[in-house]
Amino acid sequence: MRLVNIRPGRQTRFYLLALPFLLVAIAYFAGSSARLAQNPNDKLLPALPSMVQAVKQMAFEVDPRTGSYLMASDTVASLGRLGSALAISTVAALVLGIVIGLLPGANALLGPFVSVTSMVPPLALLPILFIVMGLGENSKIALIVIGTLPCMIRDLAMKVQELPREQIVKAQTLGASTWQIALRVAMPQTLPRLIDVLRLQLGPAWLFLIAAEAIASDSGLGYRIFLVRRYLAMDVIIPYVAWITLLAFLIDVGLRVLQRKAFPWFASVRAE
Amino acid sequence: MSAIRFDDVWKEYGDHIVLERITMEVEPRAFIALVGPSGCGKTTLLRMLLGEEQPSRGQILVDGKPLPGEPDADRSVVFQRYSVFPHLTVLQNVLLGRELRDAKFMARLFGAARRAATDDAMALLAEVGLAGQEGKYPSALSGGMQQRLALAQAIMRGPKILLLDEPFGALDPGIRADIHLLMKRLWNETHLTVVMVTHDLSEAFGLATRVIALERSRNRPEERERYGATVSRDLEIFPRRSAEPRSSVQPAPIGTTRSDQEHQPGRPGALVLKEQP
Repeated sequence: MRLVNIRPGRQTRFYLLALPFLLVAIAYFAGSSARLAQNPNDKLLPALPSMVQAVKQMAFEVDPRTGSYLMASDTVASLGRLGSALAISTVAALVLGIVIGLLPGANALLGPFVSVTSMVPPLALLPILFIVMGLGENSKIALIVIGTLPCMIRDLAMKVQELPREQIVKAQTLGASTWQIALRVAMPQTLPRLIDVLRLQLGPAWLFLIAAEAIASDSGLGYRIFLVRRYLAMDVIIPYVAWITLLAFLIDVGLRVLQRKAFPWFASVRAE
Repeated sequence: MSAIRFDDVWKEYGDHIVLERITMEVEPRAFIALVGPSGCGKTTLLRMLLGEEQPSRGQILVDGKPLPGEPDADRSVVFQRYSVFPHLTVLQNVLLGRELRDAKFMARLFGAARRAATDDAMALLAEVGLAGQEGKYPSALSGGMQQRLALAQAIMRGPKILLLDEPFGALDPGIRADIHLLMKRLWNETHLTVVMVTHDLSEAFGLATRVIALERSRNRPEERERYGATVSRDLEIFPRRSAEPRSSVQPAPIGTTRSDQEHQPGRPGALVLKEQP
């Protein structure tokens, strides 16, 4: 049988899914035990017990200096920044994407501008943000917004333009004004696509968050990783990276579920 | 119920002439079928009637007035595809026209207004044979049902002119015959002037009062760009077919009365609940 025709069953699929994760874990722990056998004080590839110990200390014991659970407060700080930045980006992208996608005039006015601004490397703007807005929360949130918004607007405007022309004409023959077309035709059909766009921008958003936290911050997951780097505390860094990955994964899954539940009609439209 | 007049209409895209010297009169309540080979400009003509495109020369008059430059609620349309909104259920699709008319800002109706509109929409859905489907999304309907829905949606707003762009072209023959019956009934019961583009000659002769064929008079490759299609045949169906006069004395169902306040062209006399003291 040809490879293109071999479809794994449910069970096989599960094993296949687990395999790469398992291989990475095996590779890591093999390397770790080899290094630790040579030098019990090795810090580069800590064994599982020392990572568990570190997580216990970070997550479940009160930090004597700040009086808080560090991992929890780091998570809250980071998710707060990420959440507010993405909320701003999402709302702004929805509004501007529909305006640019629906109105040829707005497209002529803003389309090229958005394309150009999406090419500006956001991290290069970080010093400017720090100078203008200070080192507080605003500059970090601004960095994430600047890093994600232009791409989101551009993608979303394209999605609006991809709506069949027939629908826009049809709405007009039902007497719809421009505002009504935006409200009843363009926006409801853009929302599920907005979730797609947002999911694609989650990666960059995390990147800019960690970068901003690494450079100037006093809390946050990125801040912690770069802080303990000074002590080669791989037993903290690795669980933190795993935790960030898990958070990002859960947000992605949550958005996918939201898309399926809130827009039950969308799956068949996308399948066309 | 509108008369349409084409007054020496031309359509050119740059150097390419698509349509030329289109001059014809369409009487009110006519059912016109536009036929012709592919690429002869049938759809272009329909799009000009719709207001989506403008004639390069000449003008189109509806009831003696020049056509507005953009689509409006007087002219409804059913396309072969994408005629209904995939994100709205069957009922919401039919309600949309009423909501757009009555709620300028929110574009949604609530409370009593919504219930009244819903009753009208349900009656119309039952008329087109979609009773019981109102909660489904269009993607869950067959092609024929989607086109029935598109017809209901188009008629709900009460247009004067109904434009059909190969609406039944993608349907199976049996389903097509059913929907032809529906189309005939809707045309008889409403005030519509219908213009239909079709490939199917039997459909054209079966439904229309008049069949108009568009054709290029010169078809040599070097002439093709510079000579557009024009009306080559204009056939009145014999025996003469015309819309049945609307049966005026239909008893309204018990508990309802026919509305005489809000006349909606296109809709058969709307039923409203009798006010009980």
